Amino acid sequence: MLEVKNLHASVKGNEILRGIDLKVKAGEVHAIMGPNGSGKSTLAQVLAGREAYEVTDGEVHYEGKNLLDLAPEERACEGVFLAFQYPVEIPGVTNNYFLKAALNSIRKYRGQEQLDAMEFLKLVKEKLNVIELDQSLLNRPVNEGFSGGEKKRNEIFQMAVIEPKLAILDETDSGLDIDALRIVADGVNKLRSKDNATIVVTHYQRLLNYIVPDFVHVLVDGRIVKSGGKELALVLEEKGYDWLREEAEVNA
Amino acid sequence: MHRIAEIMTRVVDKNIEWYLSSFKDFERGLNGESRQPIHRLRRSGIERFAELGFPTNKHEEWRFTNIAPLTKIQFKPVTRPYAGNLTASSIEQFTFGGLNCHTLVFVNGHFIWDLSSISAPNNFKVNSLASAMRTDGDLLNEHLGKFIKGDENAFTALNTGFLQDGAFVYVPDGSVVEEPIHLLFVSTGDDISFLSMPRNLIVAGRNSRVSIIESYVSLASVPYLTNTATEMVVGEGAVIEHDKFQDENLNAFHIGTTHFQQAARSKVVSNSIALGGSIVRNNVTAVLAAEGIECTLNGLSLATGQQLIDNHTAIDHASANCLSHELYKSILDGKSRGVFNGKIFVRKDAQKTDAKQTNKTLLLSDEATMDTKPQLEIFADDVKCTHGATVGQLDEEQVFYLRSRGVMLDAARDILTYAFASDVVHRIHIEPLREQLDGILHNRLRKGRELVGVE
Repeated sequence: MLEVKNLHASVKGNEILRGIDLKVKAGEVHAIMGPNGSGKSTLAQVLAGREAYEVTDGEVHYEGKNLLDLAPEERACEGVFLAFQYPVEIPGVTNNYFLKAALNSIRKYRGQEQLDAMEFLKLVKEKLNVIELDQSLLNRPVNEGFSGGEKKRNEIFQMAVIEPKLAILDETDSGLDIDALRIVADGVNKLRSKDNATIVVTHYQRLLNYIVPDFVHVLVDGRIVKSGGKELALVLEEKGYDWLREEAEVNA
Repeated sequence: MHRIAEIMTRVVDKNIEWYLSSFKDFERGLNGESRQPIHRLRRSGIERFAELGFPTNKHEEWRFTNIAPLTKIQFKPVTRPYAGNLTASSIEQFTFGGLNCHTLVFVNGHFIWDLSSISAPNNFKVNSLASAMRTDGDLLNEHLGKFIKGDENAFTALNTGFLQDGAFVYVPDGSVVEEPIHLLFVSTGDDISFLSMPRNLIVAGRNSRVSIIESYVSLASVPYLTNTATEMVVGEGAVIEHDKFQDENLNAFHIGTTHFQQAARSKVVSNSIALGGSIVRNNVTAVLAAEGIECTLNGLSLATGQQLIDNHTAIDHASANCLSHELYKSILDGKSRGVFNGKIFVRKDAQKTDAKQTNKTLLLSDEATMDTKPQLEIFADDVKCTHGATVGQLDEEQVFYLRSRGVMLDAARDILTYAFASDVVHRIHIEPLREQLDGILHNRLRKGRELVGVE
């Protein structure tokens, strides 16, 4: 589904990603872990198409397409979804309006009929249940006045409605208490299928107790320095990241 | 140098002369009416106009608004009612479909009975000003020209000089007018540049309630000038909503003045929507003359191309314990220009004043410009006054957020632009008007609209 080859990216002339290689197949869950400043969020943002990041080298193929050639909205329409680390507030636009605009834009891109008001409402109600959110949320402006936890749950709710092929969760666990974490993780798990894939970007192992990854990759200084199975996350929890940094320096 | 200045003075004088000689023609046609007290008001207006002349950028009040393009043209004041080829069906598009209201239609500033629909009111008076001069002379003598005297600037002076027709609404003490009163000003003409100068007088008695919609639209193919003035006398405890909706075409110049004179415990909500016109100046003044008054002034301007939309507001807190709340927003695209000047005076005795002013501008293009100037003059010491002005572009984070959810760039910008305007739109209480405006905004911001299936 996704193949990242030797990806280099910089922001304002500072190189953040220094050669990332990553392969994600349908049905898989990959966790990207690493210390602060290692480039985890940059990778997520680059995949979503954030223009502030300049790709200086490398390739990204997604479902047979050159992902880097696509505008952010085209990536979304092709099935890429980024759950934001810091979801954006949009005063004056209700969640309902926002989601309807998103969903119908994606459907239009795919040559599908637009949903009418009833079909749309039925769909969002169903998805609200998945993530245990109240219907009143629909009429509130996007993320405005939401608590940190509500914002993260709203991201997963959007994901549930949009049903992406490739979901990238950027630090979705930060700022969540244990109950919210469980709800968010349950939501993500319910949406997992053999046809879609998930990349979970996280600093802590905690979330991975609930969303169990098939692969864990450790990012240090813009490179993946170690990959392994889910047990690698537990090692990191115990030993931290420093030993990997030292190892990486020795190898470099 | 000297010569150029001299020539320019002469050009301007020539145009002043034009209006003075037009006035003489107008006066000759009055046939005896010139002995009425109202004519003294006209004379003082035109004399004042001759003294003042048209303002230039050298006048502080017109520093950012160059009206040279309109002072160069000799517009012919329309002094006789004439509906041209307009019919009920040609103006139907301007009547806010589904709105139950009294509609007074004015063509080039003159009342046209055949196009209007007024269901015989029993608890208030609604009429053309021209008719009211015959039937309600005493009320006019008492109120007309008391607050817009015609000495404020060249335009109100000129309007007062040619004072002839417009709307007259009188709501007696305690009366509630259920249906809004829609004053529809249509401009039409295909040969000579004309000048439409309606004059409206609205008097709301003690504890009365009324909603007035003033809308300005055009079917004209020639350049023309609308120079309108509305006096609103708001009695004790009266509640007024006033929605001004200006959507003239790009041939139009529009200069408008609205004055609210508020008595104790009265409430005014004014929504001023400016979408059309090539050069537009809106003056809105509220005098809070006694205690316990609430005054809300909202405004929304949407401009593109070469349009210039200038909003000048003044709130005069002349008495204690009053509240004013002001929100003006502009959305500027193309090479358009916006101006906001918001004066708030808090007089020495106006203790416990609570005044809040906000001006926000969204620039959609690099070539659009905004000049904003809050002007607070506070002479009382126990008051709460705040003001804030922002000028900015669309928030890139918000644009990216929408795009990351599959919304195309154009549509994302439209959605956010609409969101910026929506809080002013939602302050309009008359639903069909709000829906119409919503529709117009959505239309101009089309991409986002298609996605959510708004009809």
